[in-house]
Amino acid sequence: MSDNEKKKKVIVPIGPYHPLLEEPEFFALYCDGEKVVDVDWQPGYNHRGIEKLSEGKHWDQVTFLVERICGICSTSHPFAYCNAVEDLVGVTVPERAKYIRCIIGELERIHSHLLWVGLAGHFLGYNTVFMWAWKYREPVLDMFEIITGNRNHYAMFKIGGVRRNIEEEDMPALRKVLKEFKAQLEMLTHAVLDDPVLGARLKGVGVLTKENIKDFGAVGPVARASGVAIDVRKDEPYAAYPMLDFNLVTTDNGDVFDKAVVRLLELFESIKIIEQSLNAIEGTGGDICAEVREIPSGEGIGRHEAPRGECFHFVRSDGTNRPVRHKIRAPSYTNIPTFKASCIGQMIPDVAIILAGVDPCYCCTERIAVYDACSRKKQMYDFAQLVEMSRKKTEKLKKEI
Amino acid sequence: MNLKIKALKKSLWVYHLSGGSCNNCDIEILDCLTPRFDIERFGMTLIGSPRHADVLLCTGIVNKKCVERVKEVYEQAAKPCVVVAIGACACSGGIFRDGYQMGGPLNKIIPVDAYIPGCPPKPEAMIAGIVKLLEKLK
Amino acid sequence: MNVLETLKEKLGGRIKDTKVRNERRIYITVDRKALKDCVRIVFKDLDARYIIASGVENFDSFEILYHFGFDSAGTIVSIRTYLDKNKPEIESMTDVIHGISYIEREMWELLGINFTGHPNLKHFLLRDDWQEGNYPLRKENNV
Repeated sequence: MSDNEKKKKVIVPIGPYHPLLEEPEFFALYCDGEKVVDVDWQPGYNHRGIEKLSEGKHWDQVTFLVERICGICSTSHPFAYCNAVEDLVGVTVPERAKYIRCIIGELERIHSHLLWVGLAGHFLGYNTVFMWAWKYREPVLDMFEIITGNRNHYAMFKIGGVRRNIEEEDMPALRKVLKEFKAQLEMLTHAVLDDPVLGARLKGVGVLTKENIKDFGAVGPVARASGVAIDVRKDEPYAAYPMLDFNLVTTDNGDVFDKAVVRLLELFESIKIIEQSLNAIEGTGGDICAEVREIPSGEGIGRHEAPRGECFHFVRSDGTNRPVRHKIRAPSYTNIPTFKASCIGQMIPDVAIILAGVDPCYCCTERIAVYDACSRKKQMYDFAQLVEMSRKKTEKLKKEI
Repeated sequence: MNLKIKALKKSLWVYHLSGGSCNNCDIEILDCLTPRFDIERFGMTLIGSPRHADVLLCTGIVNKKCVERVKEVYEQAAKPCVVVAIGACACSGGIFRDGYQMGGPLNKIIPVDAYIPGCPPKPEAMIAGIVKLLEKLK
Repeated sequence: MNVLETLKEKLGGRIKDTKVRNERRIYITVDRKALKDCVRIVFKDLDARYIIASGVENFDSFEILYHFGFDSAGTIVSIRTYLDKNKPEIESMTDVIHGISYIEREMWELLGINFTGHPNLKHFLLRDDWQEGNYPLRKENNV
């Protein structure tokens, strides 16, 4: 789009602050009336220089640093980082540690997807969904606190294994939480998927085709909702995943409804994985960490299927006690730019839910303001207004159906 | 009308501001709204604009790109306004203190009235901190 | 699919060096002038998935690794190329891989690598008024 053309369009920035768009982020939407014709992504408000900080910490300290890339997928980065260093060193993690890693990883997927369901509900005007989803999240966070000591930022990962064991006495409580959660999840899934208004609101909205997925390198539920069956747990099984039985969830339409379906159905698979893992380690013992004394020079790549998709870490060592280079690619880095494909041609009231559909974990990635290009007047919608427009559209549909 | 009288007369309007955080503190703040913690029973509500805010809850290191915006939000907030730094990053920069993007910590940018450390602080800790602050203001 | 054999067949003499860490991690080195050809073959002809690109500063060179996923084989192929230490520069890959434009901007602003032909080489993560010539990820800047 040429500069002159851009100036004629109305620009609708979104961001940088709104309580429910948790992190500051800039999206500039170029609009022709009510329709979006282009999107510009201007991040940087969360960039904290983590790759550089990593070069100044020793290998074990880096796990604590990368945990704090993102609060929601807090364990995904240490998981991928440990996989990368273990790839470099060539060490095998003990079996008990593999199962514990999977348990923590899948519990995180549960809390992350529930968080998303709550936010999506809020954007659409279903505040009860928000309250329910976040209420069901609490027992999961309680379990994290019992097993790891913290509700978030669990510090469970260590190069060669895990830092803490899951004690026998905590397993019944974890099983109980899972059992109760399964019933709640069934109810929530039916409530969301059988609702005709949600169907009308979300089907056909924000569609991404297989070509879009390839062009941007999108991953995770975003890709699986468009029929691209990629999942690191199946493609390159790591930790205990080769020993576990679970399904890959894919759908074909690529719209926001499908993204919700994939996320909710994935949670049933996560419950299966955790139950199988508990069965494997209950009543048994074993080491939880292989000893790794030195990191030799070389390079390693590790990845993990985070709730948002493939989390990728590349490390290079020169044999000293800290990484020479640590490249981190969070899944949202390639997922967020898909807005260029999914928002264009859509109407402004749908933008909030399309943006949310990608489950952008902005802080992972890097790490909407309005200014009318022609008149320079503040003729814009801030994110609160966009959410309001989204809710009004839902109300309107409710009356029609 | 100073804050003491306001606090007695109406519910406190709280505005949440993130200056470059990992989002954990932000999620825990939102958690305070949910049924288990329910800050509304203390007479606090989260609002969408800083103009009417009585309390600014700030998280994050305040990275260099955010500095002006944090100042702007503080200017926009109706005075008197109480600023609370939530989380290790807002209090001191936390683990990101030596990074090249460090523009804070928060008290270098705007005056801070209360610090609630933690990574992230539990909702109970945040509520306790804010209630303590309000008691002190009364 | 035997990824290594397929790569050798398709890229032929463009491969200057191969390092196979294990069957899932293949690193191939190509000359910077042959890079675009290789990227096109791997991304389009062999239908690999674009993951990301990593820029690295070495003592005597700059290096970029382009990471691709061959998901049916669970393998990651990293195509490595070296750039001149004093004037690190390479052709942009945005006309082959649409989504690569962001990481190229990031490598430009953090490491000072120039991507010729990039449609929009401006600041991405850093402030627009960031000091020119100050590349935070370079070794000359201490943590």
